[in-house]
Amino acid sequence: MNKPSTMRRILTTDIPVVLIILLAIGPFAWMILTSLTPTAQLSATGVSLSPAGWSMDNYVRLLKQTSFLANMLHSLIIAAGTVILGLVVSVTAAYALSRFRFPGRKVVMLQFLLVNMFPIVLLILPLFVLFRKIGILDTHIGLILANSTVAIPFAVWMLTSYVGAIPRSLDEAAMIDGCSRLQALQRIVLPLAMPGIISTGIYIFITAWNEYLYALTLGGRNVRPVTVAIQTLIGEYQIEWGLLAAGGVVGALPATLLFLLVQRRLIGGLTQGAVKG
Amino acid sequence: MSTLAPPVPHDLAQVRPLRSRLMPYALLAPAVLVTLFIVFFPMLQALVTSFYDLVLWKPNATRFVGFGNYIKLLRDPVFWTSLGHTAIWIGLTVPLQMGLGLIAALLLNREFPWRGLARALVIIPWALPSVVIALMWRWIYDPTTGVLNDILLYLSIIHTTVPWLADPQLALYAVIATLTWQGFPFFAVMILAGLQGIPQSQYEAASIDGASTWRQFVHITLPGIAPVLATAGLLRIIWVANSMDVIFVMTGGGPGYATHTLPLYAFIRARQNLDFGYGTAIAVTFTILLAAIVAVYIVRTLREVER
Repeated sequence: MNKPSTMRRILTTDIPVVLIILLAIGPFAWMILTSLTPTAQLSATGVSLSPAGWSMDNYVRLLKQTSFLANMLHSLIIAAGTVILGLVVSVTAAYALSRFRFPGRKVVMLQFLLVNMFPIVLLILPLFVLFRKIGILDTHIGLILANSTVAIPFAVWMLTSYVGAIPRSLDEAAMIDGCSRLQALQRIVLPLAMPGIISTGIYIFITAWNEYLYALTLGGRNVRPVTVAIQTLIGEYQIEWGLLAAGGVVGALPATLLFLLVQRRLIGGLTQGAVKG
Repeated sequence: MSTLAPPVPHDLAQVRPLRSRLMPYALLAPAVLVTLFIVFFPMLQALVTSFYDLVLWKPNATRFVGFGNYIKLLRDPVFWTSLGHTAIWIGLTVPLQMGLGLIAALLLNREFPWRGLARALVIIPWALPSVVIALMWRWIYDPTTGVLNDILLYLSIIHTTVPWLADPQLALYAVIATLTWQGFPFFAVMILAGLQGIPQSQYEAASIDGASTWRQFVHITLPGIAPVLATAGLLRIIWVANSMDVIFVMTGGGPGYATHTLPLYAFIRARQNLDFGYGTAIAVTFTILLAAIVAVYIVRTLREVER
């Protein structure tokens, strides 16, 4: 290939891109390096940049001395529960909003849009009072419900646009062939919308896994998800950065990996709405 | 609403219109009911609570104070400090995120062999939990062992270590830098999608006409991504205004009140003193202020839905 233009591309594109990428992943990479450096060495000579100084010491301590695995399980239950609740109630709602024109449709759509905008702080205090009254404070179901305040409106909007993209003629044809509405939804629309449903579900999972303030306020003792647990890794007298970093890496891993796995489709769905505007 | 869906006999013409009229409501019922229960009912509760003097650990002393909490709020210097910080917080973070996001998007829109990988990597900050981000940056900012001071000392930009989060003058800006880092990939991704929607032919036509790269940017690129910038910007203003988990973990609002924003102040008041009456009054006030921005966003979006 012609050399000059390749050189030029490297100077004007590749190098700036590398800088941006370094900015984006540098801090997290630093955290990984920190987690690989044993605590004694961390306080003596700082973070080890060469593999020679690395060890799994912090990770071993994390798994042996703390209840981190149990915390991961709590997070998993809550995130999976939120996905299920969020998707189950949203799929039919999205179908209704995209296939029917009925009085009140706009109000309902507005309602779901509005909910997405509410400050979490306005919800967290009354939810605390409400959950205490009905006795679901510090339970999985409580945190699943709390996370659903974000997940349901989001899922309804995403799925409405996904279902809206499936031609109506398909379910109409199915109904002419003798399917009922619900059968058409189940046999025609659901399979076609499945990619959208899966990305929405994954997005909900990531958000619920990463959620912190609800978990701290409405859970925290019996039910302690990773996000809250990571903070308790801060030692009593001085901050144990090595252990903390290991906790951060492990805690961030599931959501990050899921995200990288589906990022292309997820982003397509998320940006679709904004770009059309 | 669930009572609206009685078991309907399987025929026929006469039943069908009613049935199909009720169908959408029945399908919507679960989502609407759950949302009513976990969002609108608590929201109403919050509004009511804000008119009471309610401290959670002495429920018997609860009394109705009317607008008492709101009057107290106007005289509360911390409220005004927090309001000012919220303005700086939004006013700096969103433009910085947008600027950095725009640069990243323009770069990632170019042709180079590892574009797919670069696009995936740049979004990583977005997928990390806020707590991890906050702790990570506390570690980077650490005055004695933090890497930021090391780098800046090495480059001779500073000559003594800087206590980024402990200095009341700097703390807010240090947190803003963290939030900028967390949020710029969102803009990059949105803008990138916008850029790809601009037809290549426009650029070709412009360069045949002899337009410089800069003029192409101003006259083709910017107008092309303007709608995306507006939507993403509004969404981000709302998101940044509401976001308090990163500050809470990084500084807890301190030192002193140096990093208090309104939602954080409401949260801290309610959490530390269990002063729910006053806390919700702050939260309600904040929500009303935010509502103006939300209204703009909703009008835009509904116009879109109308199509």
